Amino acid sequence: MNKDLKAHMIEVLKQGKRFDNRKHDEFRDIKIEKGVVKTAEGSARVSVGGTTVLAGIKLSIGSPYPDRPEEGTIITNVELSPMANPEFESGRPGIDSVEMSRVVDRGIRESKAIDLKGLGIDKGESCWLVNIDVVAINDEGNIKDAASLAALAALTDTKFPEVKDGTINYKKKTKKGLDLSKQPISVTVLKIGDDFIVDPTIQEERAIDARLTVSTLKNKSICALQKGEESPLSFDDVQKMVDLGVKTGAKIRKKVK
Amino acid sequence: METVVPGEVLAEGMDYLPSFGTYRQKDKIVASRLGLVRVDGRVIKLIPLAGAYLPKKNDRIIAKVSDIAISGWRFDINSAYGAMLSTKEATSEYIRRGADLTRWFNVGDYVVTKITNVTSQNLVDLTMKGRGLKKIVGGRIIKINCTKVPRVIGKKGSMISMIKDKTGCSIIIGQNGFVWIKGKADGELKATKAIKMIEEKSHVKGLTDKVNKFLGSDK
Amino acid sequence: MAYKKRLDGRKPGELRPITAKAGVIDRADGSAYFKIGNTAAYATVYGPRELHPRFLRNPKKGLLRCEYRMMPFSGMGDRVRPGYNRRSKEISMVTEKALSPVVDLSDFPNSVVDVFIDLPETDAGSRCAGICAASIALADAGIPMKDLVVALAAGKVDDMVLVDPNYDEEAYDAEVADIPIAVIPSTNEISLLQMDGIIKKTDLKKAMKLGLKATDKIYKIQRAALKDKYKGGKK
Repeated sequence: MNKDLKAHMIEVLKQGKRFDNRKHDEFRDIKIEKGVVKTAEGSARVSVGGTTVLAGIKLSIGSPYPDRPEEGTIITNVELSPMANPEFESGRPGIDSVEMSRVVDRGIRESKAIDLKGLGIDKGESCWLVNIDVVAINDEGNIKDAASLAALAALTDTKFPEVKDGTINYKKKTKKGLDLSKQPISVTVLKIGDDFIVDPTIQEERAIDARLTVSTLKNKSICALQKGEESPLSFDDVQKMVDLGVKTGAKIRKKVK
Repeated sequence: METVVPGEVLAEGMDYLPSFGTYRQKDKIVASRLGLVRVDGRVIKLIPLAGAYLPKKNDRIIAKVSDIAISGWRFDINSAYGAMLSTKEATSEYIRRGADLTRWFNVGDYVVTKITNVTSQNLVDLTMKGRGLKKIVGGRIIKINCTKVPRVIGKKGSMISMIKDKTGCSIIIGQNGFVWIKGKADGELKATKAIKMIEEKSHVKGLTDKVNKFLGSDK
Repeated sequence: MAYKKRLDGRKPGELRPITAKAGVIDRADGSAYFKIGNTAAYATVYGPRELHPRFLRNPKKGLLRCEYRMMPFSGMGDRVRPGYNRRSKEISMVTEKALSPVVDLSDFPNSVVDVFIDLPETDAGSRCAGICAASIALADAGIPMKDLVVALAAGKVDDMVLVDPNYDEEAYDAEVADIPIAVIPSTNEISLLQMDGIIKKTDLKKAMKLGLKATDKIYKIQRAALKDKYKGGKK
């Protein structure tokens, strides 16, 4: 974004407003629909304003890592599909998509949302592999937080398929779900000029100076952080952003329940 | 007016003549675009409801600098084709060869400009010489589908004048669908919403009244 | 075990339930969602836009480029690995060929119209669902085209000639044939034809006839999807 247009946006932010009339700490409407994909073991379509993502969980049986013979594995992948935004390209995943996959993964892994030990089947021999795939459908800004929400919603929707003699019958789902005692929620806080906002539109993302993704748990502990973009942050900036991230996370948690 | 879709038969027999957005298939006239049908005497033409901008000579457009070349600037004009502005057409000042062109326009800057030439391969030339052609400072840029531009402008500019009056914003509409809005934050928001509303409901009758009502409300 | 009655109770010439919607993805220049049974396809159109790499540019007309992709969780059974494979590449190519006879890009030399077909869930017939979605999306984008394209699979399971087989029928333990067909309704020309399986010449003819008969229903749904987007504007 050129500096004149950005200066104008900053001016509006300074008045406590945004281009679309939201408050700085205001999320757009969140909509979550579960069980939207029959071929997945769990799925969810999440919209945040005009932004839409689709998450699906596939379960399969594989071998555990040698150093963790009793545990299963989770693999997270966020795809910035070219359908969602004219700037997304097909082919190998770019750095944005890799970063997003890692951030969503970290939120789920570090919060210990899924008990990996519960995914073990036969020690050292076999375990469940949980594939979390999130695909961007329409990008009107803040794919990141939408992807985290969708991943979590799809995990809560997941049901294990029936297993007979070590092979999976995908057509038959059991009643057994994943044990999700902790539910991490990610909020990305943006710094534009001297102001901090959440849930950016595309236009606001273009004017970004720095961002901090804050993943929190129900008791408001923080389970993952990721700082992005070029501008460095002061110690005070970080405190403010963490504060906004934690508060907004708690608000969203109430809404999605 | 009814929405028609590609492949839809609009008339049978040889009494009618196909025009824009239609074609003849034996004795039928068939739509080749999504649009609204207009019959003008014997001529059947289609007013498109969607589609990409095709650059035309003398169009006043809003363009964004995408690249700086040796002797000019390359612009994004919201089309499949870029456009060129030469140093000669940029200003009345003399620009020395090898000068730092970012002094005039930098990458990311928006300008109001005019198309002076379009070749058969859609190579597009621009000029900044003319009334109202200038670099844009401040405000915000929104994008609408170029097929809706005439509706946003309205008959003899009636629609856009109304929006300007009621929101206190300066607004410039490029034929290519880029729109520049500058004013107070509330006014800009209202103007943006009004223009988006026209874009969405361009095919609805009595639109001027609806927009007027919207602008008069406190939403 | 002769196949007398279809597994899901349909008549031989009966399609699975269909829903279609135009303009479902705001960022795109045109888009559509098409679902037949449990096979769903999104199609998004971007363009005409600048074409890279340059050597693909055609100074006479724009290029139509299609990309068919299954989402990782869209398959019955194992996860589908994202990215290109031979199957998706081939389907992308035949999709392009199925659509290009109706699309007129002569006003847009050197440019490209990209069509992305993304499938969130599949239960056979995915390439046909993709083509149906893509032609709605192209029209929605305002691309000049002389008609929409309708696609469906005809087939044979054991002795029964039928249309729109689902996954269980394709996997039925008997002689099975799957025949994806795309048709340009205004001229009745066929722009895609493939076949997997085994079938006699006479049955092929029967199956194609039954398939062509069923195209009309899909065509109506496609048109209605486009018109519905602009409903409320007739007055």
